[in-house]
Amino acid sequence: MDGTALSPQAAPQAATVAADPMVPRPFRIERYIREVDGCFTLHLTPLDGQPFHYRPGQFNMLYVFGVGEVAISISGDCRDTSKLVHTIRVVGTVTTAMAKLKKGDTVGVRGPFGNPWPVDAAVGSDVLFVTGTIGLAPLRPLIYEVLHRRAEFGKVVVCYGSRGIKDILYEKLLHEWRGRFDMQVHVTVHSAPSGYRGRVGSVAAAIKAARFDAPSTLAFVCRSETMTRPAIQALNERGITNDRIYVTLERNMKCGVGFCGHCQFGPTFMCKEGPVYRYDTIEDLFMVREL
Amino acid sequence: MVQVEGLGRYLAEHPFLKDMSQDSRGIVVGCAANEVFKAGEVIFREGGPADKFYLIRNGAVAIEVHVPGHEALVVETLHDGDILGWSWLIAPYKWAFDARANEVTRVISLDGKCLRAKCEADPKLGYEIYKRFIPVMAHRLSETRHRLIETITDGD
Repeated sequence: MDGTALSPQAAPQAATVAADPMVPRPFRIERYIREVDGCFTLHLTPLDGQPFHYRPGQFNMLYVFGVGEVAISISGDCRDTSKLVHTIRVVGTVTTAMAKLKKGDTVGVRGPFGNPWPVDAAVGSDVLFVTGTIGLAPLRPLIYEVLHRRAEFGKVVVCYGSRGIKDILYEKLLHEWRGRFDMQVHVTVHSAPSGYRGRVGSVAAAIKAARFDAPSTLAFVCRSETMTRPAIQALNERGITNDRIYVTLERNMKCGVGFCGHCQFGPTFMCKEGPVYRYDTIEDLFMVREL
Repeated sequence: MVQVEGLGRYLAEHPFLKDMSQDSRGIVVGCAANEVFKAGEVIFREGGPADKFYLIRNGAVAIEVHVPGHEALVVETLHDGDILGWSWLIAPYKWAFDARANEVTRVISLDGKCLRAKCEADPKLGYEIYKRFIPVMAHRLSETRHRLIETITDGD
């Protein structure tokens, strides 16, 4: 869904992985949207017509037949179980092949996998979303869910950063969210042409500008692993402690169920215990360079 | 009778100086002036004499880089409570970038030459000033490095 209106649909059910999590389920591409440069969005519907239940923050393994598989976060509204939405950046062989697919083509889907964002933990708190570039895609299902349950939360704040004004993912949606009376949206860009009236700086500048009550705020961060620490630092400077920050990490997911070991991060498998972690439970691992 | 308020109150309210002792602020205020810039107005240009710095009370300022053959580029914006300009502290006291008001911007400007002279005469005041500028400079350097890292690693 691209709008923000409250959905009459039921709250998301717990995700259920197919009986054999290694067998892909065929989905048809119903819609192909070109996003910012190098990114595209696929709307997928299951050929078997059965609903697809998942939770915000989970990911699927998408299979381009004859090419390979890649882990992609789900970026749609989890209350709409009739379709899957994935926003994908072209970075390798599989995503390059995926970008060449068209409406009506079929892809394989395994999932959903991974630990979801703990939306219930934020009930009664201000909610702060911190992200940049394509990181908005994995956070979008959580933002949708918080907006579906808007009355259960305090302030809802999105801090988003991108390289330039042409690289703002889901720009129309950010404008819609900013237009709501019950939500703050702070967008920063790294640089902009002279005359640009928005904020120029890092995501930290957006965090600095945001208004929330730090002791009762839960922050959800989706940045690259490199940029997660500066975001955490900016949140700490605003008074949000590490036990109130959730981050998402992704590394070389392969099997999706924690037995191949490709995504191992210290003692955890990101595909199973992650990709969402409470930051204080893994902050020590960030400082281990060998990992 | 109309009470004319001095700039001391604005200095005391600004995050940059609010924890400074009243005595030190009393010295600084002698170098201060109130200024307003209209939207689009140039505050200073690269290479010009850096004879002031500014405490932004409210508004927004774009720091711009002139790129020959291209449109000027905004590399940072500053907002309420920020400070603008530290080239007045560093010889040869020339601005390194352009600054333009993005909207109506109200500032307290501080005369750099006046303040440098006061700092030379009163090292304690000099320390108080440097103690406030260095964290701002370090923060902006760090923030710039983070943006550089993000630009280089984007797509990984």
